Amino acid sequence: MKICVLVKEVPDAAVEKRIDPSTGRMDRSGEKNLNPYDTHAIEAAMQIKEGGAVPVEEIVAVTMGPDSAVRALHKAVSLGADRSVHLSDPVVAGSDVAATGYALAKTLQRENPDLVLLGQQSDDGECYTIGAVVAEHLSMPSLTQVIKMDVEGGVGSGSLRCERQAEYGYDTVQIKLPAVISVGDAINEPRYPSLKAIMGAKKKPLDTVTAGDVEIDASKVGGDNSAAQWVAAKSPPAKAAGEIIEDEDTGETVEKIVAWLDERKLI
Amino acid sequence: MANILVYALHYDGAINKNSLGAVSEGAKLAAELGGEAHAILLGENVPQELAASLGKYGAKKVLVAEGPEGLAQPLVDAMAKAITDGGYSYALFGGGLLGFEIGAGLAARLGAGVAMEVTAVRAEGGELVAERPILGDSAISEIKYRSDVGIIIGRLNAFELGDASGADAPVEQLSFELSAQAQQATMVTRGEQRGADVDIEGADILIAGGRGLGKAEGFQLAEDLAGAFGGNSAVAATRAVVDAGWYPYAAQIGQTGKTVAPKLYLAAGISGAIQHKVGMQASENIVAINKDANAPIFEFSDLGIIGDLNKILPKLTEAVKAKKGS
Repeated sequence: MKICVLVKEVPDAAVEKRIDPSTGRMDRSGEKNLNPYDTHAIEAAMQIKEGGAVPVEEIVAVTMGPDSAVRALHKAVSLGADRSVHLSDPVVAGSDVAATGYALAKTLQRENPDLVLLGQQSDDGECYTIGAVVAEHLSMPSLTQVIKMDVEGGVGSGSLRCERQAEYGYDTVQIKLPAVISVGDAINEPRYPSLKAIMGAKKKPLDTVTAGDVEIDASKVGGDNSAAQWVAAKSPPAKAAGEIIEDEDTGETVEKIVAWLDERKLI
Repeated sequence: MANILVYALHYDGAINKNSLGAVSEGAKLAAELGGEAHAILLGENVPQELAASLGKYGAKKVLVAEGPEGLAQPLVDAMAKAITDGGYSYALFGGGLLGFEIGAGLAARLGAGVAMEVTAVRAEGGELVAERPILGDSAISEIKYRSDVGIIIGRLNAFELGDASGADAPVEQLSFELSAQAQQATMVTRGEQRGADVDIEGADILIAGGRGLGKAEGFQLAEDLAGAFGGNSAVAATRAVVDAGWYPYAAQIGQTGKTVAPKLYLAAGISGAIQHKVGMQASENIVAINKDANAPIFEFSDLGIIGDLNKILPKLTEAVKAKKGS
């Protein structure tokens, strides 16, 4: 079985995210890291590999993004991926969700995976939707926000028994492979990479591909060809900032909380 | 003419409230565009009256497709067929997990533009403009569509329910074929309830616990505090801890959980992700305790305490008890 894990570099959560007023797009400069949600997808792949229910030949991390996205791939490899693929081409810059999903699907097609895993959302754009777009382009079944996943049967006849929470409670869904699964963060507790794995990550094979290499139709990607067009960005209505207490003396803090509640007749 | 097709999620004989809101919103927008809003339901033996009842919220016609319930891809197939045959300009979804999956799949199938987490939509110059908050709600982006079809996926509770004053709508059967991918997934069990059946929607005071409580046993601190408030108070939880099995699903706030608006919402160890915020932001007073000063919840709480729950909650419980006793 071959597993591809889609990963993304996102602005470090400690760095303030902003919109570039001239383009209406997110300013993706500044400190970057691997999207924390993606670490759960890599861990899920590792657990299938180590679980032994089905032999896993390879775990491949796949990303699309500028040169700096290589760091997210190194991190993914340090967490267990065997090698990585980087779709890097100015032509895909500024793609919306639908165009990004198309470009990633084309990149995945070349790898021909039995299972595509990804995190439930990205830490920056908060789109929960890329998995469904990729699955549609690959004509594969898909499910998002999966919190438990068991592999049953072998390659070719294999399937996944997935659990996830939806609107009315927990659903259990049986899905035949190949499939695209986005995992929720409750699925596992990602491991920390060893120092050796971090040091070795740069030596693992990294394949950089262009849009042409994976037969992406350039008229379907990029900011100007994306069907959803960001026309403006504005500020939300200002909300009065709440009062903040830093707890130094807990007795005093609690007194303040009680007074605050009492003033509003909440006790 | 610009018609809008609205997806209506249903379960156990009732239409989802967010879907009803989307139908109301769709009817309003379609009227501004000089078109009609139609709704679509998919399921096994969908009751005719249930489908027709969407007319009360403004749907001029309701399409019913026969297929497996609770999965997105059959709906992508059905809606793509309806849109291709019926010439709809927009597809609209209320907040909800399935709506996100269906809308995204539909965008890929039709080459359509998609905007998700939309909080407002307006008609302008004969087309729709969607507003979507981004960057932890610190900015709002406006999105237009270049494609023939625009897909709008609302945020939970974004679309208000209109008055149900309309008449029943005519119902039409939609025949469509399941795609290969839609046939690869099978629902085994749907809507399983995990944990005790608790009622949090009627509470005036909610003590909500998140991952910051550390472990399942940590919820005792929240329960003790709710007990100290007494009366109409209850304990609620985030999705992360419900998925982890620390607390019952019935107590979950937010996307795929409950929406609440108590007099006091005290969030203990909750970071305040958007998926949680959408379920509690209408609370009258929001108090947050979190050890991370950068937690997003401090951006929409009325009183924020940066500190250790394990130290603060027990003392707060004692202080509330003392106050109640005085």
